[in-house]
Amino acid sequence: MKKHSSKTTALLNAPYALWSAVFIIVPLFFVAYYSFFRDGSFTLEYIGKFTEKNNLSAFWLSVVLSVLATVISLVIAYPFSYFLSRLTPSSQKIQMVLIMLPMWMNMLVRTYSWSNILETNGIVNKILSLFGIAPLTMLGSKGAVVLGMVYNYLPYMILPIYTAMTKIDKPLLDAADDLGCTPWEKLKRVIMPLSVPGVISGIIMVFVPSISTFYISQRMSNGNIVLIGDVIETQIKEYYADGGLNVGAAMSFVLMVIILICTFIMNKFSDEDNGGMVV
Amino acid sequence: MAKNENKIIELKNVTMQFPEDEHQVLKGINLDIYDNEFVTLLGPSGCGKTTTLRIIGGFLTPDTGDVIFNGKKINAQPPHLRPFNTVFQRYALFPHLNVFENIAFGLRVAKVPKEEANKRVNDMLDIVGLRGKEHQDVNALSGGQQQRVAIARALVNRPKVLLLDEPLAALDLRLRKDMQNELKSIQESLGITFIFVTHDQEEALSMSDTVVVMDNGNIQQIGTPKDIYNEPKNAFVADFIGESNIINGVMVRDKLVRLDSRDFVCLDSGFSPMEPVDVVIRPEDVDIVPLEKGMLEGEVTSVTFKGVHYEIIIDVCGFKWMIQTTDESFVGDRVGLVIEPDAIHVMKKSEYSGKFGDYSTFSDEMDEVPLDGKEAEN
Repeated sequence: MKKHSSKTTALLNAPYALWSAVFIIVPLFFVAYYSFFRDGSFTLEYIGKFTEKNNLSAFWLSVVLSVLATVISLVIAYPFSYFLSRLTPSSQKIQMVLIMLPMWMNMLVRTYSWSNILETNGIVNKILSLFGIAPLTMLGSKGAVVLGMVYNYLPYMILPIYTAMTKIDKPLLDAADDLGCTPWEKLKRVIMPLSVPGVISGIIMVFVPSISTFYISQRMSNGNIVLIGDVIETQIKEYYADGGLNVGAAMSFVLMVIILICTFIMNKFSDEDNGGMVV
Repeated sequence: MAKNENKIIELKNVTMQFPEDEHQVLKGINLDIYDNEFVTLLGPSGCGKTTTLRIIGGFLTPDTGDVIFNGKKINAQPPHLRPFNTVFQRYALFPHLNVFENIAFGLRVAKVPKEEANKRVNDMLDIVGLRGKEHQDVNALSGGQQQRVAIARALVNRPKVLLLDEPLAALDLRLRKDMQNELKSIQESLGITFIFVTHDQEEALSMSDTVVVMDNGNIQQIGTPKDIYNEPKNAFVADFIGESNIINGVMVRDKLVRLDSRDFVCLDSGFSPMEPVDVVIRPEDVDIVPLEKGMLEGEVTSVTFKGVHYEIIIDVCGFKWMIQTTDESFVGDRVGLVIEPDAIHVMKKSEYSGKFGDYSTFSDEMDEVPLDGKEAEN
């Protein structure tokens, strides 16, 4: 095929460049600007708000709950993807549709439904009362928030892991059998190392939206549990006029930098794993 | 290595059918493989040779029939429990491991002590000539080097039997020839039974102790390379192995066969009087002589220079013979043909009779060997 001239390439890229400029770079610039400038002069005041006790504890709680949600998602998604990848192609397709189906519904609706299911008069407690068990207060607990995160983001863990597993060449699995691997050894020595990239993507795709969520925590805790996402939302919604926009921007900025660092470390880890040895 | 009488693998009436296929892939395979033997399963794609190999390896379980190893039935034994190792068609090297760890894989799984494992891997690196490359990424190796890693990875486990599934198909001609010699010498020095699958008849003839010619789910012939070439059992084998003129004939009596209403003296016997037969005459066994000295007469219709010899097509009463000779002829010449008794090989009629005939549709571009043999046939 003839190579495009650099002029054509530039022309073809223009719409994407324009898109990312208008919708990614410019907004990011605004976030940075609002984080560091008050009335046109540089300040660290807004960034400093992050270290205030309430904000810091909201942040730590976000980290703990989203790590928990990520780990639970991984524990569910990994074996699930493994068995899924071993089904016949036609039943794999059906299973994939079933996994994707809930994602076609609005996330707010799904989370709202969960809060209905778990509330004091909800269906879970009704069923428990049939067995004479007193109503449990599930809504408002940290567990409920983690459940909300896992439920909403699990497909984002399954998809990349499943894809990584289906990409493993069938002959490699034959070779593992041939070289004496039991099914467990095969999983440990071939499938696991080769699915690491999928696991890394899955972790990032669950952890990032979990740590910055605000709706799930509000809905599943009736506002009892305040995560960093809720802090940002409150700042912007309630204190817009009194510098809330700046504080919200500054918090988002810090969160973004932390997530970037985490992602970078994760990717580094996966690169080393690909090149290194498993002994 | 000399063939001994110690049967290591036996296939007894093995049949196999894949659910998605309407035909049986294997229609009752009976095959004995001996210790230290280099056996080649040879046939066109779809003949069932790879399926046979996968059944021996344990990747497939036959529908009926038995797979026997050292006298014990192993039909349902999974591959990881069989003392066999495989060199796969496209090598199937582990992309997350370097050369050394790929070769060491089987030893690590078998929990061979580290020191011994390292020594065995290093010995293998020497045998396959990859010393100095042990820390390289397998994806960065050339096809030939990947091939060597695959062979070393299998042999390091000291298998009783090495299975090779068209291992040379992806290499270029030169490298393939080198690897053929190397594989043969490795097999001789290690004294391991090799079962080799290929669609390349020349490869089969030059490497094997025993060639098993397969087609259409059946074994057509088992024999030494010389037997297969000189004494093909039916028209399929004659056609698939080398070039051949296959002619309808009638066995008048022992050692006399009638071709084209002329009687020829031959060396074959054991047919009923006047039994219709297929006769194969190899192109290099026919002599072109002046018209008056010939047993048959014909007209030259095509001459192709092949380097070592000329490939000449001669029309004898409508039947086009292929003849390979070092003497040049010219298109339009009328010549005589001489066929000595030992050039004639008589075969029983078979389901293949009439499917292969003369060279009337001959063209230089046409290759007798299917070129799509790289495709997996299951």
